[in-house]
Amino acid sequence: MDVRDDVYEYSLDNHHSEAEGKKIRGLFIKVLLALSLLTIVEVAMGMAWSRDESMRAILKYSFIIMTLVKAAGITWYFMHMGDEKRGFQLSVILPFFILIGYLIFIALTEATYNGTLRPVVENYFGL
Amino acid sequence: MSSHVAHHTAPSHSDHGANPWGGGTSPFKISYGKMMMWFFLLSDAFTFSGLLTAYGYMRHKYDDIWPTAGDVFTHFPFYNGHIELAYVALMTFILIASSVTMVLAVEAGHRMAKKKVQFWLVLTILGGLIFVGSQAWEWYHFIHGTPQGAYLLEDGVTVMRHKVDPQTHVVSEDVFLVPAKDKSGFIEVSGAEAAAMKATATHIHGANLKHNEYGVPLFANFFFFITGFHGFHVFSGVVINFLIFLGVVDGTYQKRGHYEMVEKTGLYWHFVDLVWVFVFTFFYLI
Repeated sequence: MDVRDDVYEYSLDNHHSEAEGKKIRGLFIKVLLALSLLTIVEVAMGMAWSRDESMRAILKYSFIIMTLVKAAGITWYFMHMGDEKRGFQLSVILPFFILIGYLIFIALTEATYNGTLRPVVENYFGL
Repeated sequence: MSSHVAHHTAPSHSDHGANPWGGGTSPFKISYGKMMMWFFLLSDAFTFSGLLTAYGYMRHKYDDIWPTAGDVFTHFPFYNGHIELAYVALMTFILIASSVTMVLAVEAGHRMAKKKVQFWLVLTILGGLIFVGSQAWEWYHFIHGTPQGAYLLEDGVTVMRHKVDPQTHVVSEDVFLVPAKDKSGFIEVSGAEAAAMKATATHIHGANLKHNEYGVPLFANFFFFITGFHGFHVFSGVVINFLIFLGVVDGTYQKRGHYEMVEKTGLYWHFVDLVWVFVFTFFYLI
């Protein structure tokens, strides 16, 4: 096999021993348990309170928070984002949160446009 | 560095000068492939964010007449009763579990343990197939709908549904629910009034892009598009994982001295799981 000498194989420095591997695997199991637990709590809360109007807001925001926690766990541990350089972490995560902020801003402010948008949507989608 | 990669001649970043910004090395100490995989995933995350925001916007605007996911997805394989969202929760768990088997394959790759990488990759592929199959199963039930169906009224857009008790799931034969004209909720219709509406209505079962027995067609449109787009990601993930698996069996990465290809496909696979966590929350729970 030809080896390109212009490609730096950073992965060659990422090897670890069996002992280290054991520790890392233990961490993954803990993350799995945490993610499963959160999912079970979400479904249980949904089953218990989804028809209770007074619980709607609390339910909605706790679902969103739990989802963000789950997403952070997956990104940080499973995707090994936690092991990357800080600069790289920021170059992926910052653009995403800037977009989300922008989307939320648009959804909240442009919702006043809804008065004219709604009949259009209704005709188009047959509501 | 362990002995099994000693024959390898490709430069590693530690061979280069101490100044990370002096050229000849990546300041982020990450290979081109992995970095580009991350940026691809970032762009994919933008797409899904757009879709879910559009969904959330419409969901909020038609809050009063939007179908509750808990009423729509009540099926469970080999069980005739109704359990709300249990199967979706199980699917979520299966996808998270297959994310764990993937990360274990990556970990085994860091120890150059070829047999273990193979083993965990097979489990990951299986988990992915089960998930795609479950999604197909759920689409099947959504498309075919309930035994009693619903009535698409003369205007061709309004759906009159049988009233169903939320606790007992008993379907009422002669009481129906129709969305109010001002979209402020549902009004109950029964007796002669209902019979008159039924006379000019079309009996429909299940959902497609034009009508939806569970209520607003927009719900079905979003459901098919978002879960379909995600399902296609899962399907591609399974195919890519399988190709990488062939490479592992072939010994390609063992010869290369590292299993970075498994890491890269792993990133994609975790992303699919990541997106599902959001789809699950926004589509099924809220």
